Amino acid sequence: MNFAVLQFPASNCDQDAVHVLKHVLGQPVRLLWHKETSLGDTDAVIIPGGFSYGDYLRTGAIARFSPVMQAVQQFAANGGPVLGICNGFQILCEAGLLPGALIRNRSLQFRCEHVFLQVGTTDSPFTCQIPPDKLLRIPIAHGEGCYFADPSALASLKTKHQVLWRYVNAQGEPTEQANPNGSLENIAGVCNERRNVAGLMPHPERASEGLLGSADGRLIFESLIHWWLSVHPSDRAAQTDLEHPVLIND
Amino acid sequence: MTEPGITPELVQKHGLTPDEYERLQAILGRQPTYTELGIFSVMWSEHCSYKNTRPLLKGFPTKSPKILVGAGEENAGIIDIGDGLAIAFKIESHNHPSAVEPFQGAATGVGGIIRDIFTMGARPVCAINSLRLGPIEGGERAEEAPSEIAHRKSQVANNQRLFAGVVAGIAHYGNCFGIPTIAGEVYFDRSYEGNPLVNAFCLGVLRHEQIVRGAAKGIGNPVFYVGPATGRDGLAGAAFASQDLTKESSEQQRGAVQVGDPFMEKLVCEACLELLATDAVAGIQDMGAAGLTCSTCETAARAGTGIEIELSKVPQRAVGMTPYEIMLSESQERMLIIVKKGREAEVQRVFDKWDLPWAEIGFVTNTGQMVVKNHGAIVADIPAAKLADDAPVYQREAREPAYLEAVRAFTLAGIPDTSDPVGDLNRLLAWPSIASKNWVYRQYDHMVRDGTVICPGSDAAVLRIKEDSFPQPGKPPCPTIAPGFETTASSPSSPKLEKLIALTVDCNATYVFLDPYEGGKIAVAEAARNLACSGAVPLGTTDNLNFGNPHNPEIFYQLREAVRGVAEGCRAFNAPVTGGNVSLYNQNPVGPIDPTPTVAMVGLIEKAEHITTQWFKDEGDAIILLGSVADSADPLQGLGGSAHLQLMHGQKTGAPPRCDLEKEKELHGALRCLIYGGGIKSAHDCSEGGLAVSLAESCISQQTARDTPRLIGAAVDLSAFSNLRLDALLFGEAQGRIVISSAAIDAVKILERAKLLGIQATRIGVVGGTRMTFKTAVRELIWEVVEMHDLWWNSIARLMK
Repeated sequence: MNFAVLQFPASNCDQDAVHVLKHVLGQPVRLLWHKETSLGDTDAVIIPGGFSYGDYLRTGAIARFSPVMQAVQQFAANGGPVLGICNGFQILCEAGLLPGALIRNRSLQFRCEHVFLQVGTTDSPFTCQIPPDKLLRIPIAHGEGCYFADPSALASLKTKHQVLWRYVNAQGEPTEQANPNGSLENIAGVCNERRNVAGLMPHPERASEGLLGSADGRLIFESLIHWWLSVHPSDRAAQTDLEHPVLIND
Repeated sequence: MTEPGITPELVQKHGLTPDEYERLQAILGRQPTYTELGIFSVMWSEHCSYKNTRPLLKGFPTKSPKILVGAGEENAGIIDIGDGLAIAFKIESHNHPSAVEPFQGAATGVGGIIRDIFTMGARPVCAINSLRLGPIEGGERAEEAPSEIAHRKSQVANNQRLFAGVVAGIAHYGNCFGIPTIAGEVYFDRSYEGNPLVNAFCLGVLRHEQIVRGAAKGIGNPVFYVGPATGRDGLAGAAFASQDLTKESSEQQRGAVQVGDPFMEKLVCEACLELLATDAVAGIQDMGAAGLTCSTCETAARAGTGIEIELSKVPQRAVGMTPYEIMLSESQERMLIIVKKGREAEVQRVFDKWDLPWAEIGFVTNTGQMVVKNHGAIVADIPAAKLADDAPVYQREAREPAYLEAVRAFTLAGIPDTSDPVGDLNRLLAWPSIASKNWVYRQYDHMVRDGTVICPGSDAAVLRIKEDSFPQPGKPPCPTIAPGFETTASSPSSPKLEKLIALTVDCNATYVFLDPYEGGKIAVAEAARNLACSGAVPLGTTDNLNFGNPHNPEIFYQLREAVRGVAEGCRAFNAPVTGGNVSLYNQNPVGPIDPTPTVAMVGLIEKAEHITTQWFKDEGDAIILLGSVADSADPLQGLGGSAHLQLMHGQKTGAPPRCDLEKEKELHGALRCLIYGGGIKSAHDCSEGGLAVSLAESCISQQTARDTPRLIGAAVDLSAFSNLRLDALLFGEAQGRIVISSAAIDAVKILERAKLLGIQATRIGVVGGTRMTFKTAVRELIWEVVEMHDLWWNSIARLMK
């Protein structure tokens, strides 16, 4: 499965995403410079974390206008899968590919710590392989991760099952204590109505190897690959790698 | 425009003594121009020239077969870590700027040290820092007058403002740049009031053949300026950093504080690494302290060449900047690059790709002169080597500080033993210098770059350096035009060239204050001990000497003795000094700071299974104390300079615990043997707060996720040590002690092995339950781990609300 990881000036989790996709999951992957106007032969787009263009104005506010994002708009419109992580999530919201917005953390401070996530639904390319009752232990690292949407948007998100991940405590309850940034209803990640575009604030690429303390994040990438195989059973490259799942110090 | 004439007053304002001015004229063979005077004043400041400390620094061990680039040679030292791979690291202070403007001062401190690292051709992969601030809690005592209490309150408020600002500044710069800040230390003490210390460390990785030099090689090679335009910010910051800090100077010097742009730094870093892979670069140097001045004369001096630049070609942010201002500006994120003639186009292509401002501002000459022109007119013409290397060197007078007599005379006679050990430990755990620093490091992105194996909160941080972290040899890190997919998606099972390193930064400045030599040794010993506890072997050290005004013989004595101690320590642990930084004149009107020789040490961990953390793991595990519980030769039984003596008795005095380097070395070696042998589940050293705090931290310091600590109790039997005072037994800070734990069945084997290795090992308890209990000869002490955790974990957050 061909992954393209976007690279904006001051993307800083781009190499991490490439590392996990290439070395942990054995997928073909390349970095795609923000000035590119075509995605070429891409099966899935990852928009990584970072501070695109410095994010001095507003997170993602400038990135959405970059040439490559116009191509991503087209790609998504054709049903191609797009996953935005952290800054990538912020960019997707700014670009209107995902509903809602991400504002300053309630604490007004940057937060970096592990959190527990629970899937809202397994009915998406990004969660299909995650056991519904499984708690994902994945780190966050952001200053503007407080998810906000107006009441009607929020209601429609829920009725259409677009909330993919919620912050929960060790018992799996979405308590206020478990909410690291003040997000509405502990929302950590959502997808669009068509379910091919998703974003989340936590960093699954930082939780994909046992050596780093958790491999839970890999379930999200593996979901995407499984989904891809289900619709493109001919994709051998991905197939073979999944038949021999990689365990690095797990 | 006309420049001011040179008068004795003007010379003095530039911090040059009459003798130094004489020397300057001798070098030039004439009177300097105004611009030249400015250039000399910054190059001959302590910050750039080490004129007061050079003779002392010669005492540091700086050689080892592993050292590829040694101390003082370049912007940072480089150490071989095997398989053709290497690490570059260095620590640097940004104390004065942070006192004036904490956020930008600290932020640009991080930016400066990151530049020092990628200037060597290395990719920056992690940062750590060491902070010192005034107390952030009241501490006013009843007997104090209301006015005094009000004064304290305002001081505390200001200390909190500086603390919050410094941490936010470090977070802002490091997080945006995308470097994990994975370890650090923070101490609070009145001596840092108004003069906080901000020491920032950065480590980068590279292949041996990727090492680049900051030398202006190749006569006729063009000199490129890269990065944002030069402004008036940070004018003569280096000179500012080399004066005592007064209220006035703080006010006047706000303009000497630079403003940082981490976004720009990220672009400059990526562009430089991409550029270096093209082999079009003859030399490269960042514009840090003394900006354009330092970078031009140092590169020429290193290569034994000359350099000529035309200031009108330098991108300028402000209108009508004078040559003086352009040469002395410390605007951030700027680089000077000497390009191989004929390769200019490649360089321009890379910078244009990253949308970076650049300009060709000069060329390398064979004259040995640093020639600065402005619209064709020569404004400075100085022998580069003499300017860079012939700064005056002073052998300052040293006199033992008067206060040390009282310190040595101190006995425990007037100090009653503790009547409430349970309450004492609770207070110690909540004491900001001991309490968890999660309020600080949760603001730092400490996991970006996918390498953080052990996060902040254990004895040492552990970083995994993956093969793709290294700068790509001869291949840009990212494609400029979309190529086909990498069909070489290396099969995941293929063996990776990975390295594991451990990092720590330490210095108990109270010890150094009470005994500069012993304190210096202890700073190194604790760093080495922290590495050993994580399973690492020391590779090298970088030190940051933070002291007061060296013209005061008592201060210089502290400096000389502390350096002697640090040097001996580094020799003992075979951790040579690869470079560092000196920050003097750290004093405010009230007095000097405690002498603070911050020691950052890097170690190598052979195998992932050797990585060890400080917290207890499983119910029923045995708790073993390595090293003797107390130092029988210490009349103060380890209470001298201890946290307990300071907090419970308000006394910062007494001879600090002694450090026996040979014993420490044996202990660390033995611990590593035990770890390699397997079965060691946790290892945590005893430092501030002694055995009690060490045991408590082993019970409460594991954090699995937000609001999800993994707490576990311990039942400890100390009744065998009835010969000691209770406060000394629990809170004494005798050196050379480590608390380890293992499965009960392995305990006997481990005790035997320890015996064979020649170190004392005592089984003192068992892990488990929800309480920590100590059985002493006279009574049983009980703490609920939940309560201990709350005091320790939330203390700083509560104070900073």
